[in-house]
Amino acid sequence: MSFAVFAFYLFAVIAVVAGAFVVFARNPVHSVLWLILAFLSAGGLFVLLGAEFVAMLMLIVYVGAVAVLFLFVVMMLDVDFAELKSGMARYLPVGLLIAVVLLVQLGFAFGGWQVDETAMSLRAAVTPDPAEVSNTVALGNLLYTKYVFLFEAAGLVLLVAMIGAIVLTHRRRAGVKRQDVISQMYRDPATAVDLLDIKPGQGA
Amino acid sequence: MLGQDLSVIAPELVLALYAMGALMWGAYAGRDASRMILWVSTGVLVAVGLWVGVHAGGTQTAFDGSFVSDGYARFAKVMVLFGAAATLALSADFLSRNELMKFEYPVLIVLATVGMLIMVSAADLIVLYLGLELQSLALYVVAAFRRDSLRSTEAGLKYFVLGALSSGLLLYGASLTYGFSGTTMFAGIAMVAGGGEPMSVGLVFGLVFLIAGMAFKISAVPFHMWTPDVYEGSPTPVTAFFSTAPKVAAAAMLARVLFDAFGNAVADWQQVLALLSLFSMFLGSFAAIGQTNIKRLMAYSSIGHMGYALLGLAAGTQEGAQSLLIYLAIYVTMNVGVFAFILNMRRDGQQVTDIASLGLYSRVDPARAAALAVLMFSLAGIPPLVGFFGKFYVLKAAVDAGLVWLAVAGVVASVIGAYYYLRIVYLMYFGQEVEPLDGRMPSIHWGLLGASALAMVLGIINLFGVESLAASAAATLVQ
Repeated sequence: MSFAVFAFYLFAVIAVVAGAFVVFARNPVHSVLWLILAFLSAGGLFVLLGAEFVAMLMLIVYVGAVAVLFLFVVMMLDVDFAELKSGMARYLPVGLLIAVVLLVQLGFAFGGWQVDETAMSLRAAVTPDPAEVSNTVALGNLLYTKYVFLFEAAGLVLLVAMIGAIVLTHRRRAGVKRQDVISQMYRDPATAVDLLDIKPGQGA
Repeated sequence: MLGQDLSVIAPELVLALYAMGALMWGAYAGRDASRMILWVSTGVLVAVGLWVGVHAGGTQTAFDGSFVSDGYARFAKVMVLFGAAATLALSADFLSRNELMKFEYPVLIVLATVGMLIMVSAADLIVLYLGLELQSLALYVVAAFRRDSLRSTEAGLKYFVLGALSSGLLLYGASLTYGFSGTTMFAGIAMVAGGGEPMSVGLVFGLVFLIAGMAFKISAVPFHMWTPDVYEGSPTPVTAFFSTAPKVAAAAMLARVLFDAFGNAVADWQQVLALLSLFSMFLGSFAAIGQTNIKRLMAYSSIGHMGYALLGLAAGTQEGAQSLLIYLAIYVTMNVGVFAFILNMRRDGQQVTDIASLGLYSRVDPARAAALAVLMFSLAGIPPLVGFFGKFYVLKAAVDAGLVWLAVAGVVASVIGAYYYLRIVYLMYFGQEVEPLDGRMPSIHWGLLGASALAMVLGIINLFGVESLAASAAATLVQ
């Protein structure tokens, strides 16, 4: 068994086990930590595939930003996870049944795996020869030329998400002091500050 | 190159830029500009609709064939744009009445419309997914727009969670399809799928998951559970919007995927669609009978109508695609009229959605009652109104494609479904007298209600030429 194969199984097993613990951990903070482990292993798998850029994205974006954000949410919001999970026992049998049926069906599907020759040639047609460009360059080339429309559309989706978050949560409260740069700059010390001459012993 | 691509996506581009501009306008001008922005947005939607409508130019593709603008896409886009514009115009009165007039509402509707335009023009699975998410995300937000109401918030959350699930199904199907066909482009998938030999099992699985994900968006049974709750809980103009433009876009997108990507494997998806259609028609007919809330009733009605639309699609022929387009056009027109009526069901300034409140409404306002009666007859598909022709075309397409049993089932379901539409007419003319509704109707609502009812009557002459337009649109889809 070569090192690469060993590393693949190691990362794969860790990813699956960590994924299971995300669901089954009692403490939500532990769930998030298991999630980080799952992300790390997925990053490892990407390195094995030769996709170092995606692997780094996995670490920086998912572990560095998303998971930490989850941690903040879990720790700061007062969500009663025990109550949320209370319905689980009731729906578990039905859910398991559906999951098993789906699994069997998918098993059949993958058992009948035949790859069309046209499919292989189509797949190869998109990517440049890996020996010639590093995959960061290749991704950048595709993302800003062929897929620029998708890139911009994804940006639009994020804009909608932002508008939605603001519309649904922003409230106008009375008595909130807002920053007003112009008036702050033009504030005059002569009118804004009062200098009082307090005699010793008289100050409150 | 890029310039040419941009000219193909010009309608989407203009709308997206307008939406961003309107966002800035609203952010700087404050709340007072909201009303203005809403009307300008309506105008922009209509203008772009006219522009797309008169724009000829055959089939053009952009971005390496991942985006296609053909006669079919333009037909669907015109329906989407006019549907969105009409429901946006209807919402102004309700929004200011309920202190919901915020500039984000028209902006979100315009962005959702951009998503729908992308959906119907998608010739690539990734484009399709991004269009769908752009639309859905905006819809989740407007469903919960009345955030002080528990019902509205619940509707938004329910829609969001179930929508995320359906997106998961769709993505799973898309990844299976990509895995087995090696490409996300519809043209490439069509090369692998069918073409003589039977499709590989993996590709069939991908197809089934894709259909399941999209069936959720058009609320076909058994993926319909969210519809009644979301329709009931959302603010009424949002419900009106949900039942028009997004339905057209999702159904048109489904047809695009099936014909463009899996057009050589009609036998593989025909049974799936036939079953979805059968269940939707019958559930739409039976479940609506017991409803007392008119918004829930319209939800079941839309489930039933989508069943008929899918009936045309299940035929798998060019005639079927044509009948789908005709059906959608008629359905949108009817729904705009019905919701123009529902929006003005008020008593002492309070919105009423109880069907019983329509008792003897014909004495309160004969003209409005007559308009609604015409629309209800049309929704039920009673000849000689235009609604009948919609059903006629889909049934004919199904019979011609050899799906006689399904067409017979469709007729039976239509007879059962007629009961609840006619019950509303019965209540208005012969029902028990109740404390009358006193909502005054803004002229724009009157205009849309009247136009919609009039179209149902006058359209029987030649369907306003929609038939031949739909035929040439369908011809560009099915080759």
